[in-house]
Parts: sequence; C-alpha cells; structure tokens
Amino acid sequence: MRLTGSEIFMKCLQAEGVHTVFGHPGGVILHGYDVMLDYPLRHVLVRHEQVAIHAVEGYYKASGQTGTAIVTSGPGATNTITGLTDALMDSMGIVVFTGQVPTAVMGCDAFQEADVVGTTRTCTKHNFLALKTEELPRIVKEAYHIARTGRPGPVLVDLPKDVIMGRADFKGYPSEVSIRGYNPSVNGHPGQIRKAAELIASARRPVIYGGGGIIHADGGAELTELVNLTQIPTTLTLMGLGALDTSHPLWLGMLGMHGTYAANMAMVHTDLMIAIGARFDDRVTGKLSEFAKNCKIIHIDVDPTSIRKNVHVDVPIVGDVKRVLTQLNAELRKVERDWRTEQEEWYGQLAEWQRAHPLRYDQRPDGAIKPQYAIDMIYRLTEEHDPIVATGVGQHQMWASQYYRARNPRRWITSGGLGTMGFGFPAALGAQVAFPDKLVIDIDGDGSFQMTMQDLITCVQYNLPVKVFIINNKYLGMVRQWQDMFYNKRYSQVDLQMHPDFVKLAEAFGAVGLRAEHPGDVKPIIEKAISTPGPVVTEIVTEREENCFPIIPAGCAIKDIIDVGDPVPEKLFQGWR
Amino acid sequence: MTDPKNYRKHVLSVLVENHQGVLAKIAALIAAKGYNIDSLSVAETLDPTVSRMTLAVHGDEWVLEQVVKQLHRLIDVIKVTDLTDEEHVGREMMFIRVNASDPAHRAEILRITEIFRGRIVDVTPNSYTIEMTGEEKKLEGVLELLQPFGIQEVVRSGVLAIARGSKSAARRDEGRLRLAQRKQAVGE
Repeated sequence: MRLTGSEIFMKCLQAEGVHTVFGHPGGVILHGYDVMLDYPLRHVLVRHEQVAIHAVEGYYKASGQTGTAIVTSGPGATNTITGLTDALMDSMGIVVFTGQVPTAVMGCDAFQEADVVGTTRTCTKHNFLALKTEELPRIVKEAYHIARTGRPGPVLVDLPKDVIMGRADFKGYPSEVSIRGYNPSVNGHPGQIRKAAELIASARRPVIYGGGGIIHADGGAELTELVNLTQIPTTLTLMGLGALDTSHPLWLGMLGMHGTYAANMAMVHTDLMIAIGARFDDRVTGKLSEFAKNCKIIHIDVDPTSIRKNVHVDVPIVGDVKRVLTQLNAELRKVERDWRTEQEEWYGQLAEWQRAHPLRYDQRPDGAIKPQYAIDMIYRLTEEHDPIVATGVGQHQMWASQYYRARNPRRWITSGGLGTMGFGFPAALGAQVAFPDKLVIDIDGDGSFQMTMQDLITCVQYNLPVKVFIINNKYLGMVRQWQDMFYNKRYSQVDLQMHPDFVKLAEAFGAVGLRAEHPGDVKPIIEKAISTPGPVVTEIVTEREENCFPIIPAGCAIKDIIDVGDPVPEKLFQGWR
Repeated sequence: MTDPKNYRKHVLSVLVENHQGVLAKIAALIAAKGYNIDSLSVAETLDPTVSRMTLAVHGDEWVLEQVVKQLHRLIDVIKVTDLTDEEHVGREMMFIRVNASDPAHRAEILRITEIFRGRIVDVTPNSYTIEMTGEEKKLEGVLELLQPFGIQEVVRSGVLAIARGSKSAARRDEGRLRLAQRKQAVGE
C-alpha cells in the first residue's frame, strides 16, 4: 500500500493507541493536519506550544499514558524547549512531533527553519530526524518505546515537509522494537536485593526517602507494603508525593528545602537511608559534604546514571522500582524481627521533632487570608473527591506541597527539577483532558498563572472544567522571600500589584471568576468554585509578606534548617552593602 | 567525591550506531557535563552500521564511572569498554613538518626519523614531513628531539586502542553483535 508520510504517521499513531494529541498547526506541518481530518484523532488546539508540552506532561503524569504533541517548525518547535527540559528533569514520558522545512533546504536558513534536532539534543531523552518516508513506522515505534520505558523522558521526532508529503510502501506498524544500545534493566540483581534486606533488618534508625520514580513505575502499593512490613518511617520528595497516603502513621511529611522539620532531621540522624526512585537533588541534600555522613545508603533506581552521581551509595540496585520493591518485600518477608521494638527509640525521637516543629500558621479571623489557610481549606473541602492537583512554581507550590496532603499516586502534578513557572495551569488542563469527569485543581501563584493564562480560552473551548485557585499575594513571592531573608529586604522587581482583574479576565474568556478577600469568604468561595460547572478562576487575595517555613537555605546543610520565628544567621547575607 | 590528585588517563572504546548525528550527541554530552577529553577518533567497524570511537579521558574512578554511565545513557551508544586496566595496545599517529633548509640538519632529521621508525612522506627544499606512529611517550620524545630544528606544524590522530588477546571484551562484543545480525538476517 503506497501512502503519504502523513497517512503513515496517522496510522502509526492509531496503532500506538494514541487517541488524543495536543498541538498547534503551522506551515510545514500543514499536510499532517490536513490528513488528520480523516482520522479519528482528538486534537486539542492550544494557544501556545509551551502549553501543549506542559499539558502533555499533565496528561502523562495523571494517566500514566505517554502523551503526544504536534507542532510546526521554527518558532513552534523552539517554543517547546522549556517544556521538553521540564519533562526531561521530571522524567515525563512524552513524544513531540515537530514539523521541519524540506530536507533540500535544511541548513539554508529557510523560512521558519530552526535546527531542532541540534537544539533539543540536550533537553530530550532521545531525538530523531526522519529523512525518509519509509523510516516513519520504525521511528514512531522507537520514539514511544524510548519515551515510556526505563527512566521515562521526552522524545522528539523532527518531520521534514517532504518526508510527510512523500510516499512509501506501508507494511504495517512494527510489533517489536530492537534497539541494540537501549536495554533498560527491569529486575534488580538478587544478590543486591539480599544485601539490601540484610542492611534493612539490622538498622535501628532507618528512613525511606522516596521520589517521583515510584509514581512513574506505579509502585505506590509496593512502597506501602514495604512500609507496613518494616515499619520504617517514610518521607517523600516533591515529585514523589502521593506514593504513600499522607494519613499513614509512619508518614513524616515531605523532605527538602521546604520539607518538614521531622523529615529533614530524620535524614540527618538516620543510620540507613533507603532511597527509592529519587536522585539526591540539591533541594533534598543541602550541602553535599554534610549530607549522609553517618549512614549507609541503599539506592534503588531505574537509571544507573542517577546512582553515585551526587552521593556515595553502599547498595545500588538498578531496576524498575515496582519490580525491585516486589523482590525486596519478598526477601524481607523471610526476616524474623520485631520491627517496631527494634525501632522504638527512633519513633520516640521522630515524635519529639514532630511535636516541637509541626507545620503551622496563624489565621486570625479579622486579618488577611493566610495562604496556608487557603490551601488547607482547599484540601479539606475537596479531599473527598480524590482530585488531581497541579501547581505552579513558587511559594504557593511549597505551601501546597505542605498543606495539600496528596493521598494517592498520580494526583499531584508539579514542576520539580526545572521549577517552571506557568506549569500548573497547562498541566491541569492536560490532566483534565485525560480525566474529563474528575475534579482537577490548579493551585497557582499570581506570577505563575500570568505566564500561561492565555490558554484559559482552550479550557473554555473544550469545556475543560479546571478549577484554578490563584493564591494572590501580589508579589513574586518566593523571590521576595529570598530578598527578605538573604538580601536585607531590598525588594527588586518582585512587586506584582499591577495585575489584571482576575475575575473580569476569567469572564472575558467565557469562564467564571470568583474572589475571596477575607478569611470568612474562603470556605464559601471554594465550595462555590467546585460546585460551579465549567472552568472557574478563583482569586484568593492573601497576606502579602508571608514567608514559607521551614527553609533550608540554598547551599546550607540540612541541620541549618530555619523554622518559623528562628533568626536568619548573618552569614547567609548574599547582597552587598 | 572527585579528586584531581587521582586523575589519570583512561582509554574508552565505544561502539555506536553509525548514523548521522551520533558524533554530535556525544560531543554535546561531553560539553554539557564538562568532561576533559584529550582525544577522540571515530571510524566505521567491520559492520558498516556500527562505528567505533576511541576516547582518551582524564579523570579519577568517579569521573570515569560518570562518563561511562552517561555514554551508556545515549540510545545510540551500543557498548562502552574502559581499556585502561585491561591489557591493550594503544597507538597514535602524527605528522610533523619540520624545518630542513640547512643541509646539515637534513641528515640529522633523517637519522632521528630512522631511529624512531618514522617515514618521510613529503619533501620540499625547506622542509621534511615525517609520519610517525607510536605510543604517546614516543611521540613526545620525537617532538622534543625535533624541536631544535624548528617544527612548522604537527597533526595528531589521537589515540587508537585495541585489547590484547583473543578474548578481549571489546572484540567479544563486536563478534556477538555480528553474530546476532547474521542470525537476524537468516531469520533465526
């Protein structure tokens, strides 16, 4: 059967099980968009390509299905760079197809030409340039395979115009892939599993430090089993939230720069750190030379490059987190030990830290709305719906990670590694496309939301009932907090008092806009927002200069953690005088 | 975790897919991670779909572990072998264009070339161009001896290496690869 490249492309997507794509058309990808009309593919037209990528990330994280985006060449492709980098850092399995100028003029500065394969080389897990129409089925197959297996990541396929318009024999979509340089490990090495089990069975002050890898591997149940079996206190990274139910008695709270005091102290005083699907990011370790000085480390990860990248590891286990945890649990079930008694002293110590340094805020009934209170209320009023929650980046994100106590995997979507402002709203949009009937919430900041808010119109167009809550402190809050703490309160370019009227803005887009300005408004407004059909933007006007605590200042050791009311040591001053 | 005091030269033999863009991917990785590459040479193997790269890298065990893992992470990289602690033969080739306008010097240059088993590959009234192959230390020695005559230009290939013996890891991999392909070709 001789078909055009675009037809082959569509047939491959169908065979791959892709029924929804996010994208934006343009010059050289027109032929693909023309052929698309004859195929049952759902295309969500976004208004900016960056939004397409974040939406695909949200779609992927919420559903576990590899997300797909299609954009045109040049500016269409370069607008995806931020999203691709974000997806690479947070291991999001997505495939992005970019149009490209015809092969004959590539490299000649043609209209809307950009060296996309060159530009995206370091922000994709892998990329392809299709040079022949007949290669398309193999490339599409490999692209999806690479995106979803091993440590998931973004894969880009560049499609020159002549390749999608040219014809080739289509012999069907390949059923198997064979890439000789790519064979990710699945099972953990049995010898290493045994060693890990031995260490776990002899630890007195162990802690489990889980990351996003558990979510990507769908290993939440296995993690919970490990925790129940061994009774080891557990903390999760920002990316791992939801892997363990936050109501679990052994839950310590998130760790890291804005994690709980108890979780961070557990990392300092532990004798055995069990890192699972986490990568020892600097926001978790603090000053590396002070990190994990007196403990052994077991590190389970599918990506061998993550192991021993930043810290020394005693027992590395490379493999799929779900499989390795299944193996490890089987090994630990053989151990006869009174886990609770052996760890009794440790529980006592942790409880003391939790008692002395809980997460806390002080909401006065007649004062300004505390951002923590607003998020706490969103949690309390929506928790029963088991919603999907996305966030932007900044103070509101950290408060959301503390007070929106995500209870299930794939319900918490945030930009961790890259810290991409403007991520939350498009990610929520993508998650809503994956689950049209589910409550999807975007807890956003005023700064973050303004970066990608134009796509409110996309929500309205496709009736995606995302509930946006803007925690509006009229500042770039996190930057202001650092200027407050480390630059002697010299505020530079952080004031966002000049902002649009978010209620009118929502209405201009055809959505519903709501606003809460007093603590008493918060509960009824949230209730109204979630009971109103369609997309709703709720502005919650909060206390302007609230700081997020605890904080481990960048470059400091974990033990230098600063809690509410602690003085900021003079040595942390970074400005000039 | 890394300590420049323990840095030494490592020779990596890397099998990669022989298609467009692979060298660029490896170069981008090396640049992005800030590794110290002394030399890099690439050419096709017996199997035209596979190329072999020989990389000389400076680093300690930790740096090398990272380089090897990062290379492995690239989809187009099939196999990485660190030859440093294996028995191997390493050679480099070099062209040296040296001043030879003084007749007295010409004889001396010829003598040095002969002692080091080099060859003269080009002659002009003012210069000799010498082709020289050997280990890095030998090439350094030749350069030192020729220095006084005035060296006009040096072109070096970077190191090439092959493991000794019949069971070398690198050779085994390439053999296995060919076998697998033959099997695929006959439909086994």
